[in-house]
Amino acid sequence: MLPDSLRDRGVALAVEAFDAGAVQGGRFDRGEVTLEIAPARIASVCGYLKYDQKFVRLSSVTAVDRYPAEPRFEVVYHLHSIERNMRVRLKCRLPGGDPAIESVTSVWRAADWYEREVFDLFGIRFTGRPGLRRIMLPDGWEGHPLRKDYPVTGSRV
Amino acid sequence: MSEGALPPTDTAGMAEEQPPPGPRRMVLNLGPQHPSTHGVLRLRIELDGETVVRCQPDVGFLHTGIEKEFEVKTYQQAVTLTDRVDYLAPLSNNLGYCLAVEKLLGLEIPPQAQWMRVMLTELTRLNSHLVWLGTHAMDIGAMSVFLYCFREREDILRIFEMFSGQRMMTSYFRIGGLALEPPRGWAQRVGEFVGRFPPRIDEYEDLLTNNRIWIGRTRGVGAIPLEDMLDLGVTGPMLRAAGLPIDARKDEPYSSYERFDFEVPTRTGSDVYARYQVRIEEMRQSARIVRQALDGMPAGPWKADAPHVVLPDREKMKTQMEALIYHFKIVTEGFRVPEGEVYQVIESPRGELGFYVVSDGTAFPYRVHMRTPSFGNLQAVPRMVEGALIADVIASIGSTDFVLGDVDR
Repeated sequence: MLPDSLRDRGVALAVEAFDAGAVQGGRFDRGEVTLEIAPARIASVCGYLKYDQKFVRLSSVTAVDRYPAEPRFEVVYHLHSIERNMRVRLKCRLPGGDPAIESVTSVWRAADWYEREVFDLFGIRFTGRPGLRRIMLPDGWEGHPLRKDYPVTGSRV
Repeated sequence: MSEGALPPTDTAGMAEEQPPPGPRRMVLNLGPQHPSTHGVLRLRIELDGETVVRCQPDVGFLHTGIEKEFEVKTYQQAVTLTDRVDYLAPLSNNLGYCLAVEKLLGLEIPPQAQWMRVMLTELTRLNSHLVWLGTHAMDIGAMSVFLYCFREREDILRIFEMFSGQRMMTSYFRIGGLALEPPRGWAQRVGEFVGRFPPRIDEYEDLLTNNRIWIGRTRGVGAIPLEDMLDLGVTGPMLRAAGLPIDARKDEPYSSYERFDFEVPTRTGSDVYARYQVRIEEMRQSARIVRQALDGMPAGPWKADAPHVVLPDREKMKTQMEALIYHFKIVTEGFRVPEGEVYQVIESPRGELGFYVVSDGTAFPYRVHMRTPSFGNLQAVPRMVEGALIADVIASIGSTDFVLGDVDR
């Protein structure tokens, strides 16, 4: 289900041709391509983009909390192809209760720390990878600060 | 753990308790307070004799929740937060953030402001590389280079002070242009500096480039193949030292970098020495860009014609009612940014700096994520030092040129 704005974007068409069920939507806005991917397919789509579409670099992995909307979380991947001088953004929407998504560490080792950071600050679990533990905050910290329902100020009682 | 907030984790953690087997094995804890880690970084290093078997970086000691803080600041206020991320390259961070928000707003920046931004970010690159060179050389044992580098750095900081009133946390770039009009006499001051700087680079090179001890400590040390670096998220001078001419200033030009004539230096050694050579050459190129910006600085306004975003001139506020109203609105409520999301990448002194800014249409950023180069580069340290000698660890981490504020945010 590609929106019309992405019909003339080669990378969007290629991903749709690779796995039509994986593409849940997308957007072309301010010169940037965003593809919404079904969470269950993220690792296979990333593998396809890396090995067949030359997106050799994973630039970043982060998340956005849309609280109180559902699905609450968006996990956002920025991919970079040096050869094609092109960037693409992948987005997966996850529900608020026990958010979990397949890890892409098997595609890029760089994802290791990025995913740990998202786990630490948003509480989103990445499955199928070792060593998922907090990276910024101490191990015993309670809560996930970048969630919108986590207060900005205040003291612990 | 509070009401199910924490999902189950891998409890193996840093595996500190188990002593490594064998009489030659030991665990060395480097940092978090150690002069050579350039901040508060902890490395847990397992040794077999003098050989590093395993290295586990432990970061987060400087985590200050800057990304959370962004969400309660207006877009204009948040500029000051960006300085404090990578405190050796504040103007690069200012630029990345301002460009991202300007992209969301669709603002057109006048040429003088764009060129001024280029000139000052290149001076920032010089500042950052000078601190890197001085401290990196000192780590390896060449004490005097530090004094030479900080002599020139002082000149650059004085230029920053002249422009913004601040030596380090300048916040000089604002959304829509610059914070203040460029000060009287800036061209002469910058001109004097770029005139005397290139011979100073030769002085640093005299001390190091053919120095037998320097070569012995750096050549062939900390080498990683290019594929591994790309896979691990390394960017910037480290990739260029492995022969890949990647530079966002050339590949995805911003702030009119396409109008400047400069080269992207590369080397093929991919070791500590090659990274040193690349950064030295980058300093020469930056000086070239500063010279071009100085000679060709366009005249005209230094802030965008966007009264709803940019603060009005003081004089206008005294004579025009709309200017006064805009001033009041911008100061008290900020300005609204259209809904959307952008990912703006610039080439910071350390590599790829990306700002992912999400707007929900209000005056406060909904989410700001910084893809900082130090975070990616630090991930490659274990790959760099495992199998090498413990004495080379310091040279290797020095060549990565990370800033812990940039890693931990």
